[in-house]
Formats: sequence, structure tokens, C-alpha cells
Amino acid sequence: MDRYYPRSRRMASVVAVAAAATLILAGCSSSSGGKEAEESAEGASAGKANTPRMTVALVTHQSPGDTFWDIVRKGAEAAAAKDNIKLDYSSDPNAGNQATLVQSAIDKKVDGIAVTLAKPDALKDVISKAKAANIPVVGLNSGVSEWQKLGLMEFFGQDETVAGEALGKRLNEAGAKKAVCVVQEQGNIGLTQRCDGVKKTFEGSIENLNVNGTDMPSVKSTITAKLKTDSDIDYVVALGAPFALTAVQSVGEAGSKAKVATFDLNKELTGAIDKGDIEFAVDQQPYLQGYLAIDSLWLYKNNGNYMGGGEAPVLTGPAFVDKTNVETIDKFAAKGTR
Amino acid sequence: MTQQAEPAVTTPPAPGPSKETDGRTQQRPLALRLLARPEVGVFLGAVAVLVFFLITAPPVRDGSSMANILYQSSTIGIMALPVALLMIGGEFDLSAGVAVITSALTASMLSYQLTMNVWVGVIAALVVSLAIGMFNGWLLVKTGLPSFLVTLGTFLILQGVNLAVTKLVTGNVATDNISDMDGFDQAKALFASSFEIGGVNVKITVVWWLVFAALATWVLLRTKYGNWIFAVGGNKGSARAVGVPVTFTKISLFMLVGFGAWFVGMHNLFSFNTVQSGEGVGQELIYIAAAVIGGCLLTGGAGSAIGPVFGAFMFGMVQQGIVYAGWNPDWFKAFLGVMLLGAVIINLWVQRTATRR
Repeated sequence: MDRYYPRSRRMASVVAVAAAATLILAGCSSSSGGKEAEESAEGASAGKANTPRMTVALVTHQSPGDTFWDIVRKGAEAAAAKDNIKLDYSSDPNAGNQATLVQSAIDKKVDGIAVTLAKPDALKDVISKAKAANIPVVGLNSGVSEWQKLGLMEFFGQDETVAGEALGKRLNEAGAKKAVCVVQEQGNIGLTQRCDGVKKTFEGSIENLNVNGTDMPSVKSTITAKLKTDSDIDYVVALGAPFALTAVQSVGEAGSKAKVATFDLNKELTGAIDKGDIEFAVDQQPYLQGYLAIDSLWLYKNNGNYMGGGEAPVLTGPAFVDKTNVETIDKFAAKGTR
Repeated sequence: MTQQAEPAVTTPPAPGPSKETDGRTQQRPLALRLLARPEVGVFLGAVAVLVFFLITAPPVRDGSSMANILYQSSTIGIMALPVALLMIGGEFDLSAGVAVITSALTASMLSYQLTMNVWVGVIAALVVSLAIGMFNGWLLVKTGLPSFLVTLGTFLILQGVNLAVTKLVTGNVATDNISDMDGFDQAKALFASSFEIGGVNVKITVVWWLVFAALATWVLLRTKYGNWIFAVGGNKGSARAVGVPVTFTKISLFMLVGFGAWFVGMHNLFSFNTVQSGEGVGQELIYIAAAVIGGCLLTGGAGSAIGPVFGAFMFGMVQQGIVYAGWNPDWFKAFLGVMLLGAVIINLWVQRTATRR
């Protein structure tokens, strides 16, 4: 018996340490917020098709870790699950690399390709190769003015310029005089088009402000600096949800009277609209873009359908989210699908 | 730059104004000796940039604008300090930018998913950050690979892990809001609060930045560990020969960068409540730039802790000064580059003039 003693003592100390750790952790648990407070979040599901299994590639120009693209992908996954589709998702912000990803989808002999056209010229050749291989190709998100020229079947997205124009009109209605358009990625064409669109319809004056989007403290300082130099600025237009939320802090810090509006949503942002920190958001419904692109390929394969009749793009935006309708959208945003 | 190449064990560059009976330098006037110090050039460069913007951008003259510039400088500067020490020790760290985000993500997700007091996450993040530093240092010492390769590897690993784990755990690519959880307010007070001085709102990070800079200066100039840092950066072989614990020094320097990443990561988390997993990429170069502008040699063995403070300030000053001056934003990055190069050249010129003859 004696020789078991050390072992049992060791056991006892292990148990003691574990118990202590549990106690410490239990003592540290948060009484508010956290996972326990989160509702069980399940994505939308609509049964499942009994059509034969098919494979579809979705190739985007997403840069890693962006909340927007995550929502596009969720929409695509929901449609794939419903349509008995195996979804191959891949992305690369570099246009040449994106073309290579499309080529590998062709090599894999997928049943359909959905692609974003951020830089249409780079994708021209590979898209004609897909057509030669009899693989249907649809476009989404960017390239609303190019998709037909490249011979895509259908297109799902928002015209960035049109969205900007809509936001500009909205600023006029709000009586804005002077706005600043915060660009988180200098040289990104979609972002530039949005600011240009606002400029087109906005009757006041607007100027662009470049910020370093990968460093939030710097985003905050730069917007604060801008608001300080010009107390006449009465609207800050952000081009992405996280930057809009940071802009709210900057407005407070600069002691400015400016209001904040933005493009795109996420789950924090709907809360901020509800609280009145942010006036409104232009939503291009990324979930819908991903969902429809995949679903359209299923419809084409199984029923020969063309959405938009192969002539017109299917517009998913601009839809406005403000205090009047944020309540209905909030619960979907909490799930990360709006 | 041959004057830095001598074995640094017994003569760390310019350890203080006291010993000067070497016989070669004693005749040089005080002003020139002062100018030869690595931080003086950057100090003059920073003053030049400051004066330039005080003249061209009237809003900069306002106290609250200066507080805003100092805030931006402090978040760069807190990281630039350990990065500078590491660089004096002869290595550099490309993973420093994404490591900040890794730390913030760890703290946020751990406390949220387990519904714990946020301090549990904060402590866990510290452990993770130090472990990343230790891994970098250990792998470097163990394999003898250059720090460029080792930390480029960690940079890519962390970038991928940040994204994949966040997506796996939260189902999204950003973390959940933790601002309503227990302990948040205390942590915010420590990492991301602000206070008023004469009607100007000053961020707590500015205070921490100066405290850390003072601490780093003391360590570098007055402790044995400080001598070790100069020694391993100057000549590893001779440092080892005279009994400097090279392995310990290198690994601990990487862990120091881990500590800095943790601190800035916590600031990001507690001032913005959520973190996007794609942030931080590219920041490592800004930290390194601040250290180099601050007079730290890319080859190691020379530099100071106060230099990077001015380096970071210069960066913050130029970045926000361009906005205060209201210049065309399309030229933003080009302006930034020109101003920085200009400042570095002034820095270099001052040092050359001072050390000549």
C-alpha cells in the first residue's frame, strides 16, 4: 500500500489544482454578455433539392478577414446546401491570381462558375476558356458594366456608382452641406466609384479622405484630424461597417456635429443605427449576391433559366437601412447574414 | 558606419557623457559629441517636421490636435520600442503587426466564448503573445536561420490562424462585441481610457508609451541586460566568448516584442470592442520604420530607446499633419514617403557631420 501513496498524493494534488482552476474560472465568469447571452444562431435553410449532385466554383477578389465577403460566402453556402451543390470557394485580391483560380476550376471540370469582376480585363481570357469548355459562368458583386461584354450569362450585384448616387440624394434630403468620404483602401476601384457616385448627386461639397484600413487607431486619428480641420463637415460617409463605427468615435473625440452614414452592414452596425449613432447604411445585400449566383447556376442546369433574361443585371442594392427598418434586419445581422 | 562595428561588449555606443578619456574623442566639442548620438538626428528631424506643419497646417497649433497626433504616435511607438530593442540585438520581427491582432482576437474570443470575465482573456492573450515571441526566438536560435525567414513564416502562420480560427470559433471573420461583459470597464481604464489636461483630452496610451520608453532607456543604458543587447547585436561570437547569454537575450527580446503586441492588441480591443481578423498586415513595417528612423541600425549593435520615440512621433506627425494641412489625399502615401525620407536624410546628415574629423 505504501508505494501507492506518492501516486495518490500526486493524484490528489492534480485534483486540487484542477478544482482550484475550475473555481477560479467559475469565479471569473462574466455575468453579462458573452456566448451565453447569444441566441442560438442558425442560418436560413429551405429543405434540400433531390437533383443530382453538382459542383460549383465561387471565385472572388476577397482580401482575407473582411466581414463583407464572409456574408457573400454564407449566402453561397446556404444556396449550395439547399441545391445539393458542392461549393468550391476560393479568392485572391490579385487579379492575375484570381484568373488562375478560375482556370483551376475549369481544370476540375466544375458544373458552373460564379466570379467577381473587380478587374475585368484580367479575367477576359479565362472566361472565354470556360465558355469553350461549356461551363456556364455568372458574375456577382463587381463588374456590373462589364459582365455582358465578357459574355457572362447573368449578373448579381449593385452598381457602385448608382449606390453612391443614391447615398448622395439621401444626403441632400438630410440637408447636408459638407461631407467627407472615408476611403479605407487607397486605389480600390469599387470604393472610388462609391465616392464618385456620391459626388455626382450630392449638392453640397464632398472630399475624399484616405485612411490606413489595417490599423484602427490610425483610422480613428485620421478621421478625428479631418473633422478638427473643418468644423463645417456635417456628414462622414464611411465605405465599410467597421470604419463607420470607428468614425462615430472620431466624431465624439473631435467634438464635431457631423453625422455618420455608411455603405454595407454588419451586426454591430445595426445596433449603432438603432441607437442613433449612425444615421443610415446603404446595403447591397451581399448574402443575396452569393445566394443568387449559386442558385442561378442550379436553375440553369436543371431548368434552363436566365435571371434578368440574360440582358439586365439583377440588382441587389442599394437598399437603405435606417431607424425605420433596422428592427427587422437586426436579428439577421446578429447571425452574420446581413 | 565602421564606428559601430567594434566589439560592443565593453563599449556600447555612447553609453553616457561620463567616460571620455579615450584619447581620440576628448577634443571634440560638446555640441558635436551630442550630435553624434543616434537619437539627436531624429530629434532634429522630428522638430523640423513639427515646425513645418505648425507653419503650414494651422489646426496643428491646437492642443487637442497635438493630443490626437500623440495618440496615433503612441500606438506605433509602444510597439516600436521592443522592435527597436530587438533590432539593436541584431534581429527583427515581421510578425509584429499581425501578432497585435492575434493577441486581441485571443482575448476577445476566449472571454466571449467561455463567457468569462474579460481579464481571463487578457491574461490568456499575454501568455499566447509571449509564447509566439518565445517560438520566434527559439526557432531562430535553434536553427540559426535569419530572422527574416523565421518571422516571415510566423507572419504567414499568424495571418492564416487569425482568420481561420476566428471564422471557426465565431462563425464570422470579426469577433463579437465584448463591451457589456464583466471586467471590460476596468480593462478599458487600463488600456484605452483618456483624461483631461488643461481642457485637452489625452489618451492613456501616450502615458504608457512614455513610461515604457523611460523603462527601456534605463534597461538599455544602466543594466547588465542592456549591455547584453548591444553585445549580441554587435558581434554574437565575441559576445558569447565573454560570457553573454546569447540564447537567453535573443529569446527574451522576441518575447518583449510579444509583450508589446499584447499591450497594443489590448488597446485595440478595448477601444473598438471588436476586432476584424484581417487587420494588422503591413503594420510591422511601420514599427520597423519608426525604429530605423529613430537611429537603430538594421544590422544591429547600435541604437537607442528614445530615438524610436521620436521616430514614431515623426510618423504620427506626418500622417496626421497631411490631413490637418488639407492636402490632396491621392498623394497621401507619396507625401508620407517623401517626408520620411527627408527626415531620415536630415538624420543621417547630422550624424555624418557630427562624427566627421
